Amino acid sequence: MKEIRVHGRGGMGAVTSAQLLAIAAFKDGNMSQAFPFFGVARRGSPVEAYCRIDKDFIRVRQQVYKPDYVLILDKTLIGAIDVLKGIKKEGTVIINSAEKPKLKTKAKVYHVDASKIAIDIFGRNLVNTPILGAFIKATGEVSLDSLNKTIMEKFPKEIADKNIEAIRQAYEQCSE
Amino acid sequence: MVLAVIEGSRAAAEAVRLCKPDVIAAYPITPQTHIVQELANMNADGTLKSKHIEVESEFSAISAATGASAAGSRSYTATCSQGLALMHEVLFATAGMRLPVVMTVVNRALSAPINIWNDHQDSISQRDAGWIQLYAETNQEIIDLTIQAFKIAEDRKVLLPIMVCMDGFFLSHTIEPADMPEQKKVDKFLPKYRPDHAYLDPKRPMTQGPFAFPKPYAHMRKDLSDAIDNSKDIIQKVSKDFKKSFGRQAGDGLIELYNLKGKKTAVITMGSLGGTVKDASDKKGDFGLLRIISFRPFPKKDIVAALKDMDEIIVLEKNISLGASNGAVFDELRSALYGLKQRPKVIGYVCGIGGTEVTVDDIIKAVEMSKKKKDGDVSWMMEKE
Repeated sequence: MKEIRVHGRGGMGAVTSAQLLAIAAFKDGNMSQAFPFFGVARRGSPVEAYCRIDKDFIRVRQQVYKPDYVLILDKTLIGAIDVLKGIKKEGTVIINSAEKPKLKTKAKVYHVDASKIAIDIFGRNLVNTPILGAFIKATGEVSLDSLNKTIMEKFPKEIADKNIEAIRQAYEQCSE
Repeated sequence: MVLAVIEGSRAAAEAVRLCKPDVIAAYPITPQTHIVQELANMNADGTLKSKHIEVESEFSAISAATGASAAGSRSYTATCSQGLALMHEVLFATAGMRLPVVMTVVNRALSAPINIWNDHQDSISQRDAGWIQLYAETNQEIIDLTIQAFKIAEDRKVLLPIMVCMDGFFLSHTIEPADMPEQKKVDKFLPKYRPDHAYLDPKRPMTQGPFAFPKPYAHMRKDLSDAIDNSKDIIQKVSKDFKKSFGRQAGDGLIELYNLKGKKTAVITMGSLGGTVKDASDKKGDFGLLRIISFRPFPKKDIVAALKDMDEIIVLEKNISLGASNGAVFDELRSALYGLKQRPKVIGYVCGIGGTEVTVDDIIKAVEMSKKKKDGDVSWMMEKE
């Protein structure tokens, strides 16, 4: 089983990120599960969401404490909360950041300037879909094809096209 | 079976749509809100043809659903926590008039202090109202139990209201794969409700829930008690029939056994925690699970038959019967086992209160710690401050 934890701020769509991953993973032929940290989220406050991917139906219903992958939608969360808590040493961190952040971890760290991509394409800092392009590049855990299909089902065509383009750019620009 | 990833609340709403209720009356409350929202959307889109009654409180919601059922409609409502507590008075009337209302309870803690998270205090506190209570472990079970609930409730041998209980957030806000049955198959499984004894007909006026002197009152209460006891057979039958039509079944409808064969230690729980216990059982290997699906009626015989050879029974439950020092399941289970010559040791844990986490490791630790405890010991499983 692979476990993913998404860190964002209220209003950024961290829950949607986790859900899109779960649906895409299911389209790949896996079982999956996604849920938010059960809190009283306010716009701008730190939020978490979780996703699990496995061959078999996922029965466990606890938060993700030892993630294989951590997605960070906003680099200002580093230091504010322990975004690396419990991450496996062979795990991977994917962060929305123009430059490679200095993180004390044995896990691999990938970064992408998802904010720039989002502002170019959406005119707003909507990074919850482009970060998934970087996730796919860094981990290969979910196929780009399934994610794009998920986006097409979830959004009207015009919005879906923009999201797919943002995901493509993030996929290409993501680096270690 | 066609699986699709679906949120628990949406699963509940879609299942309700498949059952085509004539009347829906519900008032939104966290974490049940998505269900009411989805149903209102379906109604607005015309994909659901129910009469949607807008109400100003849960008291009115259950009153409207009960009244609609008394007029011969298939009626549905949903609530949780404070909303269910507000319904308390009417719940007894719904059951007492033998009206097959189906209600989804998205389990949440009760005030005070205010807490929006999951435990079972809300529905457990309504255990003596005469409603059948079924607890779902997964989003799939939410769908399956909702469809079965209408069939059980409307069975002329039952004619009782049913709460389908699903854990707030743990199921309501979680997306996971589940199969949504085809409308045609559901129509066949659950034909239109044709009430025998309660319907609105001006040519044939009748009184329901009338004044009753002590003797007839006592008789009617006894009938009600017998009806809910006897509903066990129908719950099992409907569960079996559901399997015939849709190819799946949770336990035998009343309880589910997992990994218990050859084991001497059994963990007992209800609802979504069952999944976490299954993973803990697989990881540790020295205990199995008995999951109670039907808390009301309480399947005493089936539970005793499944547990009679155990050395040790550990009850994990998300409620506390204040003043009894333990949860409600603990007492009922221990009482059920009292007649055995060789009684297993029963240990209780009050857990998951107000949304506290219960992890695989917590469960393994609880089983480990139980070895040192004596029969009847109860403790609280809590995260550190």
